[in-house]
Amino acid sequence: MVHTLRARPHAPHAVPEPRAMGDVTYPLTDRDFQLALWVLYELHYRGFDDVEDPDAEWDPLLMVSRAALERTFEHAVRELVREAPEDAPTLTDLGDTPAEQVTAALVRMTARSGPSGVAQFLHRRATREEFCSYLAERAVYHLRESDPQSFVLPRIGGAAKVALAELQYDEYGGGRPDRLHQTLFARALTSLDMPTDLAPYVAAAEGATLASVNLMSLFALNRRLRGAAMGHLAAFEATSSLPCERILRGARRLGLPAAVEDYYDEHVEADAVHEQLAIRGICAALVEDEPALAEDVVLGATACLAVDGLAGEVLLDGWNARRHPAHDAGHDVGHDAGHDAGRRTPAAG
Amino acid sequence: MSTRRVTVTECPGGPLLIRGADEVVGIDGTVAPVERAVVALCRCGRSDRLPWCDDSHRDRRRRKKP
Ligand code: FES
Repeated sequence: MVHTLRARPHAPHAVPEPRAMGDVTYPLTDRDFQLALWVLYELHYRGFDDVEDPDAEWDPLLMVSRAALERTFEHAVRELVREAPEDAPTLTDLGDTPAEQVTAALVRMTARSGPSGVAQFLHRRATREEFCSYLAERAVYHLRESDPQSFVLPRIGGAAKVALAELQYDEYGGGRPDRLHQTLFARALTSLDMPTDLAPYVAAAEGATLASVNLMSLFALNRRLRGAAMGHLAAFEATSSLPCERILRGARRLGLPAAVEDYYDEHVEADAVHEQLAIRGICAALVEDEPALAEDVVLGATACLAVDGLAGEVLLDGWNARRHPAHDAGHDVGHDAGHDAGRRTPAAG
Repeated sequence: MSTRRVTVTECPGGPLLIRGADEVVGIDGTVAPVERAVVALCRCGRSDRLPWCDDSHRDRRRRKKP
C-alpha cells in the first residue's frame, strides 16, 4: 500500500472488497491486513514523508478501501467481544441511571481483568533484550500516544468534553513540551540507542499489536463509535497504573537507563488520575448526555481488554517460543484476556 | 486567572481528585509539590507513593514489595 502511494501518488485505486479480503482468515492477527489499515489511518495523523500527494488523506478511493477494511475489522472485534470469557454485564442490573450503570460496569470489568501476563513477565523474568523488544513493539502506540482520542474532542460535548480535554492536557505534558508522553517514550528509546521514528517499529510489529492501535483509530475516527472510543480509553487507563508499576520494577531489576524508568514512573501516577477522569469524568458524563451510548461505552471497554489481551498473548508466545525453540509455540503461556489462543492464525507473512 | 478555584472530587472506592492545589502536606510535615493539573490523593492507605494514589486500591491482594 505504501508502495502504491509512493509510486503512483495521483492514482490510488480501490481493491475490490472480496479480492482484498480473500485470504484474510483472522483479521485481528493478520499482519498484512492490519498494516494496510494502519497505513490508511496514518494518513490522518502524521502521514508519510515520501507520500507527496497532499490529497491522499481524503482520496475517495482510499476512503473506500479504508471503509472495506474497517467493516471486516469491526466485525472481527465484535465477534471477539461476543466471545469474551466474561460476558459484558447487563447494564440495567448495575444502577438506576445510565451514568451509574456505566461507571459500575467499567469499574467491575477492569477490576477483574487481573494482572497482565506481559507486565508480570517484564517485572520478573524478561532479559534486557526481551524488554527492549517490548518497547519496540509498544513504540507503535507510544510514539503516537493519546493522539487517537484527540479526534473525539469535537465529537462530544459538555462535561465529558471538558474531562477529556483535561486528560489530554496531562497526556500532552501539562503545558511542558518536555513532559509530553510521546516525548518521554522517545527519550526512553534514545537512552537505549533505539530509533525514535515510527517506521522501523511498524515494519516489525505483530499484527495483533497493530490491531490494538488500529482499534483506537477505528473508534476515534468514526463518529458513530465515539462512545466506544471513550469506553476504550477508560479501560485502557484503568488497567495501566498497576502494570506500569511492574514494568518499572522490571526496568530497575535490569538496570535500564533512567529515561526508561521515568516513562513508566510517570504513568503510575498519571494513569491513576486518568482512570478516574476517564470513568467518572468522561464516560459517566457522556452517557448522562447521550444515554443511547451506554452500550457502546461498554463495547469499547470490552474490546480494549480483549484486543490488548490478544496482543499481549502474541508477545508472550513469541518470547516463549524464542526461549524454547524446540517446543511448539502454541502452548499455554497465560491468558491476559482468556482468549482462546488455539483459534488464532499465525500472522501472515 | 484572578480567581483561583481549588476543588476536591470524591471517587467512591478510590482516591480524591484535587484540582488547583499547590502542595500536599503529609502527617510528618513532608511537603509533596503538586505537579499536574489534577492529582489523585490516596484514601485507602495502600499506595506505595503516598500521598498519591497509585491504583493499589484496586489490587485485592495485599501488595508484596519486591
Ligand atoms: S486510593 Fe488509590 S491507592 Fe489508595
